[in-house]
Amino acid sequence: MDDGSRVAVVGGGPAGSLFTYFLLEMAERIGIELLVDVYEPRDFSRPAPHGCNMCGGIISESLVQNLATDGINLPPMIVQRGIDSYCMHMDVGEVHIDNPLFEKRIAAVYRGSGPKGIKEMKWGSFDGHLQSLSDKKGARIIDEKVTDLRREDGRLFIKTKTRPEQSYSLMAVATGVNTAALKLLQKSDLGYQPPRTTKTAIREYLLGAETIEKYLGTSMHVFLLDIPRLTFAAIIPKGDYATVCLLGDKIDSNLLETFLNAPEVKGCMPPGWQWDQPACQCSPRMNVSGSPLPFGDQVVFLGDCGVTRLYKDGIGAAYRAAKAAASTAVFHGISAEDFRKHYLPACQKMTTDNMIGKVIFWFTKIIQRLRFARRGILNMTAKEQEKKGGNQIISMVLWDMFTGSAPYREIFIRTLHPLFLIRLAWHLFIALFSSDKDRKSGLRRKNT
Amino acid sequence: MVKGSLGKVYRKGDTIIRQGESGDCMYVIQLGQVEVVQEMDGEEIRLAELHEGDFFGEMAIFEREVRSATVRSLGDSSVLTVDKKNFLRRIQEDPSLAFRLVQSMSGRIRKMSETVTGLRLTKPPWPH
Ligand SMILES: Cc1cc2nc3c(=O)[nH]c(=O)nc-3n(C[C@H](O)[C@H](O)[C@H](O)COP(=O)(O)OP(=O)(O)OC[C@H]3O[C@@H](n4cnc5c(N)ncnc54)[C@H](O)[C@@H]3O)c2cc1C
Repeated sequence: MDDGSRVAVVGGGPAGSLFTYFLLEMAERIGIELLVDVYEPRDFSRPAPHGCNMCGGIISESLVQNLATDGINLPPMIVQRGIDSYCMHMDVGEVHIDNPLFEKRIAAVYRGSGPKGIKEMKWGSFDGHLQSLSDKKGARIIDEKVTDLRREDGRLFIKTKTRPEQSYSLMAVATGVNTAALKLLQKSDLGYQPPRTTKTAIREYLLGAETIEKYLGTSMHVFLLDIPRLTFAAIIPKGDYATVCLLGDKIDSNLLETFLNAPEVKGCMPPGWQWDQPACQCSPRMNVSGSPLPFGDQVVFLGDCGVTRLYKDGIGAAYRAAKAAASTAVFHGISAEDFRKHYLPACQKMTTDNMIGKVIFWFTKIIQRLRFARRGILNMTAKEQEKKGGNQIISMVLWDMFTGSAPYREIFIRTLHPLFLIRLAWHLFIALFSSDKDRKSGLRRKNT
Repeated sequence: MVKGSLGKVYRKGDTIIRQGESGDCMYVIQLGQVEVVQEMDGEEIRLAELHEGDFFGEMAIFEREVRSATVRSLGDSSVLTVDKKNFLRRIQEDPSLAFRLVQSMSGRIRKMSETVTGLRLTKPPWPH
């Protein structure tokens, strides 16, 4: 790309905003001036549904660190709660796992300015923060939806409802998967094939900051329950709200109701909480198998509409893809061949890692089904946590697995460690012949 | 003031890293300010004052030496730890991650050169 080249970014969620930010920063480093238009119809200063990109709002440990190293720090206005531990809830008991450094290294944020009906907006939007960074770098934010896109004679054209068609040299598409734009993209001549998606569920309960502090603390609460089609469930404490987040296979209202009525969930939430109390809720789709070809000539597909990480750290995946695509465009070129050589490897890495992730989630499913296995895992983790400072092998496996901080490959390799296997076999053996022993975590006691 | 901020909270005068101790991580200030001091012959020399977004302790990422200075919190601060392992793993995939670090280090070298030049100008170049 040369001085004055025009770039269109379709969608200003994390993938679009981070791409814009890094593209402009890298171009600035080598002295190229680019003209970047970001098309984003959402107003992130407004509460849901107008300003929200529907997600659990966990910014993973590794992403927090990477962003900080890149000079993007998350101000307290954005971080509703710093998370320093997690609590794993199962029918056989619960166990509290602390971050080894006792430090708040995970951020709980809102993507927009909060749930529907929010009375007091005390915190800012994460997506809005990233958008303001790309704005400061010199991008032009166009608050409109793209209604048409096409390619002609080596140029890319974009139309919105009110603006005349604009032409660009490069188009970065970052529309996510919860948009009608996917159909538009499929119909276009950009050669786009969308990812496979599944339905998830999110609910936001207003509990008040004090109640959250007392009952949920600064822990992310994860649930390993034997409920069919449920792969992962979490309750994430925010400022005044708690976010319930369910991932799995076609999550519907029945499954959500079954989960919310589980005794483990009731035991975790404060007394008086009603599962059916008014709450902002949504059923966003999630990418579970990436787009087969996330680029073309002068076009690149980023974040959820391209390739992402299975179930975890979607925003971290958007960050990696955005940076890989930006550096390809600035330092190598914008042809399909350039993206194949320099952007595709980052996507392939995620795809391969997701395959390992699938194996790990398959094992988790088995544990979810077998009561003695759940008991074994619980006891093994609790033993490690009692012996603070020892070899925290399962604690680290679970920490990385639930927080999405490490690649699945790394987690899997850790589980192959002989010490892990011996300890696991031993605890499973013991659990096979013992009865449930309620191991309440220290959390509730610590706070009451 | 530190509610909602990431990292670990330090109060005024708390030592974050101590000269001579080993370490394998670096730090990024999320909120507040810290001072970098070096102890020499029982005396403390203040090397720098760092602010939000600044790094310190980054030499431990690249060397196996002990900490070269002590860093203390000036007032309340929140400081995020960046693991060596996470950082080095990411840098393999994305070398641009090191850019800011190099930028910050080069800024320090420039400052140091200025200080050295200043010292030479205030002292006679050779003893009479
Ligand atoms: C239930 C659930 C929980 C999740 N929890 C987490 C979590 O805790 N942590 C995490 O890291 N990830 C989480 N994720 C994943 C995360 O939400 C996504 O990976 C992330 O949002 C992807 O960012 P993106 O920018 O690609 O897409 P999006 O965030 O979807 O952003 C796309 C943007 O494009 C805009 N857009 C769409 N159509 C058009 C158009 N025609 N013209 C212009 N703009 C358009 C939209 O308005 C939107 O702002 C979760 C996902 C789900 C479904």
